[in-house]
Amino acid sequence: MVKGFAILLVCQLLGEVIGRVFHLPIPGNVLGMVLLLIALRLGLVRLDWVKEAAELLLQHMALFFVPAGVGVMTYAAMIGREWLPITVATVVSTFVVMAVTGRLADRYEKRGAHDDL
Amino acid sequence: MISDLLSTPLFGISVTLVGYALAQALYRRTGSIFFNPVAVSIGGLIFLLSILDIPYRQYATGGNYILFLLGPSVVALAVPLYARRQEIMARKRSIAIGIVAGCLASITSASGLAWMLGGSRDVVISLAPKSVTAPIAMSIVEKIGGIPPLTAALVVLTGCLGGMCGPEFCRLIGVRSPAAVGLAVGTAAHGIGTARMLEVDRLGGAVSGLAIGLNGMLTAFLLPLVYVIFN
Repeated sequence: MVKGFAILLVCQLLGEVIGRVFHLPIPGNVLGMVLLLIALRLGLVRLDWVKEAAELLLQHMALFFVPAGVGVMTYAAMIGREWLPITVATVVSTFVVMAVTGRLADRYEKRGAHDDL
Repeated sequence: MISDLLSTPLFGISVTLVGYALAQALYRRTGSIFFNPVAVSIGGLIFLLSILDIPYRQYATGGNYILFLLGPSVVALAVPLYARRQEIMARKRSIAIGIVAGCLASITSASGLAWMLGGSRDVVISLAPKSVTAPIAMSIVEKIGGIPPLTAALVVLTGCLGGMCGPEFCRLIGVRSPAAVGLAVGTAAHGIGTARMLEVDRLGGAVSGLAIGLNGMLTAFLLPLVYVIFN
């Protein structure tokens, strides 16, 4: 478990270093995820080294962003002012994404299945 | 003396864990997606801090320890992506098309609508990655200059919405394949949508889970680029 956490944190650290050195606008933790994918693919890291730690974190990921959500209380005035664009954009956009992704994936999956026949 | 204690990490950490555990119990008891544990605990904690007149800054002394764990959690998303690489490769074309289109549709529709309705620059930026899983969305917004806590709240709202009615909505608009429904719900409503998909359909749930990582990664690479171009 300790080994798994060490690998995850070192990947994140390397991601942050790469992001800073090359002035990338991409978050260091996302670069860390890519690094871990590459390390797994190349066999530098074995899946069972990180599996336990990763599963523990992913299982409780929802808890970790509660403090961030609480931070929204400091922006109450802004939300009160702009509740209309915020609500409309969030609600409409959620359905737009599901429609676009769902219809396209459905169509191409059928076409793919047809090609196999 | 009590106020000294409020400034130690102990207060923020314990109150978050207690709040979340209670919210989880409520969700399990009711089984209703309206009582999403994240939404309920955020609302409950804000209410508590407000009536006790405790500033967010004092709460955050402890809250930030919990928040720190989001970083390695994003790195950990590589594990399910790697473990499911064969499933991904078998459907690579429909998955790639669906996620790229969904990612673009999400950024343009969320930011575009907010902008048209007179939203400020901060709000427009904070809305852009709202379909991406919270830790990635907040990191992106932090990089490009929005308000990460606002993004976190919008991500939760989006997730609850997609989780509540995503599968029903997809059926309504004629999406038949369970994998396509899973991809749609995962791309739009990340982890909360995936939790719902896992209850509805196993394959759909697995595809939904991988959509979290793929859409997150794609948005993390794409959005800063869009932002650089528009500046």
